[in-house]
Amino acid sequence: MRHKPLIMALALALAAPGAALAATEIDQLRAEFERKLKEVQAGYEARLKDLEGRLARNESTAREAAEGARQAREAAPKSAGGGFNPEISLILQGRYFSADGDGHITGFLPAGHAHGREKGFSVDHTELTLGASIDPYFRGYANFAFVDDEVETEEAWVASTALGNGFTVKAGRYLSGIGYVNEQHPHAWDFADQNLAYSAMLGEHYAQDGLQLKWVAPTPMFLEFGLEAAQGADWGDRNGLGSKAAFVHVGDDVGASHAWRAGLSYLRVKAKGREGHWDDDNDVEAETEFDGTSKFWIADFVWKWAPEGNPKYRNFKFQAEYVRRKEDGDLTCADNTADGGACVVGGITDAYDARQSGWYAQGVYQFHPQWRVGYRYDRLDVGSVDFGPAFAGVLSKPDFTPKRQSLMLDYNPSEFSRLRLQFARDEAEQGLKDNQITLQYIHSLGPHGAHKF
Amino acid sequence: MRIVSTLASLGLALGLAAPVHAALEVLACEPEWAALVREIAGDRARVASATTPSQDPHRIEARPSLIARARNADLLVCTGAELEAGWLPLLQRESGNARIQPGSAGHFEAADFVELMDKSQRVDRDMGDVHAAGNPHIHLDPDNVARVADALATRLARLDAANAAHYAARNRDFQNRWREAMQGWRVAAAPLKGVPLATHHKDWVYLARWLGMRVETTLEPKPGIEPSAAHLAEVLRRTRERPIRMIVYTNYQSPRPSRWLEEKTGAPAVRLPYTVGATPRATDLITWMDEVVDTLLAALK
Repeated sequence: MRHKPLIMALALALAAPGAALAATEIDQLRAEFERKLKEVQAGYEARLKDLEGRLARNESTAREAAEGARQAREAAPKSAGGGFNPEISLILQGRYFSADGDGHITGFLPAGHAHGREKGFSVDHTELTLGASIDPYFRGYANFAFVDDEVETEEAWVASTALGNGFTVKAGRYLSGIGYVNEQHPHAWDFADQNLAYSAMLGEHYAQDGLQLKWVAPTPMFLEFGLEAAQGADWGDRNGLGSKAAFVHVGDDVGASHAWRAGLSYLRVKAKGREGHWDDDNDVEAETEFDGTSKFWIADFVWKWAPEGNPKYRNFKFQAEYVRRKEDGDLTCADNTADGGACVVGGITDAYDARQSGWYAQGVYQFHPQWRVGYRYDRLDVGSVDFGPAFAGVLSKPDFTPKRQSLMLDYNPSEFSRLRLQFARDEAEQGLKDNQITLQYIHSLGPHGAHKF
Repeated sequence: MRIVSTLASLGLALGLAAPVHAALEVLACEPEWAALVREIAGDRARVASATTPSQDPHRIEARPSLIARARNADLLVCTGAELEAGWLPLLQRESGNARIQPGSAGHFEAADFVELMDKSQRVDRDMGDVHAAGNPHIHLDPDNVARVADALATRLARLDAANAAHYAARNRDFQNRWREAMQGWRVAAAPLKGVPLATHHKDWVYLARWLGMRVETTLEPKPGIEPSAAHLAEVLRRTRERPIRMIVYTNYQSPRPSRWLEEKTGAPAVRLPYTVGATPRATDLITWMDEVVDTLLAALK
């Protein structure tokens, strides 16, 4: 169509002076015009063909180049974990959550914080993980959790790979090896929320900045020891404060269809200015701060069954943990008299001594390659809580046993996507029987590698 | 001084107590590689397999028992091509064993030594569980087994130079027996040439190519995605246009989709031994492949 203006110009140039020309001249001119037009058309067609040919040749050379590049790529050494270095993975999580309460647990001074308690629709933490071998001696890993304008470094560590003899040293911020579920990020949980014992005493999970030394014994049965020395979790001001942990894990198979792991862990943390809250004797919430020592003992047990060790079609997982916490130090409650509270003007500080515990047990059954159903029972023991004499008539131990039951069903279209529905009857807060519904999705993008046993 | 001499004599005693030829500790990821190590190393290696023929090598958990085995291994013999991506990296990391880390001589990946089929130009998760490197079920091509055996003999010699001649001799012997067996299978399997079949997963492509069989369709809509009713109906429609002679699945795959198709088409559903140990007769690589060929021939009748 590009020759249209040309033809028109030509026609105009020929026609303009010819108003008075004779008919024969017009015929001659028309013949000449048609001849020229044909020439122009033929010229254009030839050029077009030439262009087309060149384009096609370019395309095929481009294809060849791409093919060459592909072959070169394939010939290049394969990197572990999906052809990327580092392995980058993004976890997208969101939920609809319906509940009456605000997630308070009566009788426990909370440590750490919990996420995902927003009611209605919300986006959970979007997790970005990066992991790779740094060189033949170290591996690095980082997990960043994004929510709104906040980015949290959940983990950022380097670990040795070349020490040998069963030793691994990890340095940086890491999820402590204590307990069983502590090392799992929320997307790996079998339920939409963390168990009550952890929530009440450890926070969502216990991460800390420091060093971890692990040793796997050269035994036929799995036997692993771990030691951690760290700065302590982010429980208020932790400058110069310490945390020490030790754990031992044992595990083995029983026949081809059963496998288990058991563990025992100890954690000792110094807390300074650890914030919490407690319902005072006037039934008003009092803000508290704890300075002192927290000692934990955790026993954990996991047992998995899969017919002939093939978990694809059916498998069952039983998991239970017992957490015991002993705390002693000083507690301060902030003045809440403005709200009608019992904590007097200027606040109160006195001794605080508590021995508390909690446990949960859960079973998850995969009855179809894509479907799982699970039940969890949580129970806490407020135990002995001794407030110093200055707290008489202000703070006291409640006569209450927090507990919760949860039932979940999840659908997994593939290994990389999960949709979950969970019902919970939460009786962790005194005077509240909270029926909670969670509808959740957890999707992962990228080479998201294996989860631990 | 006394303590030092006591310690020295203790060390000497321990050293003497150790066997002259400390056998290599080998952890194979799959039974076929454990069998190959047994062929080439004989009594110079203690071999364990991380998986059994009843387990899908894609879907294994990094169980504590496997970490304990990896802890003591001198050599890992695995398929590679991302087949074990869901669990092997964990065993390597959690074991604290420097000898078997990726890139070290103690980490042998069979897929490095053969030409892989089904390499994808584009790899996206919307295609299911595909491997960018190519189809990892390489041991189902006997020529591949021969190539991997050569590479494995070289690797064993590198790790245990004192026994290099032993590994080379055993490999020669194995190659001779294997070549002879291959000729036998080719002759016996002549009737299988051009036979169209359906498979549960896209795992038999190497064998089909070697025997000249035609894989018309797979029951899984996409690799690793379980067959759905809708997809099976589509498969059935396709088999009406292009008939199949048999439907093949393995020990660790559900027989139900294959049996359903058997009922609809009349083509027999065949549980084909995927690896060594899958049937009582398949005690080593040669008897296993004997069993594979015989099972296919029996299904043809």
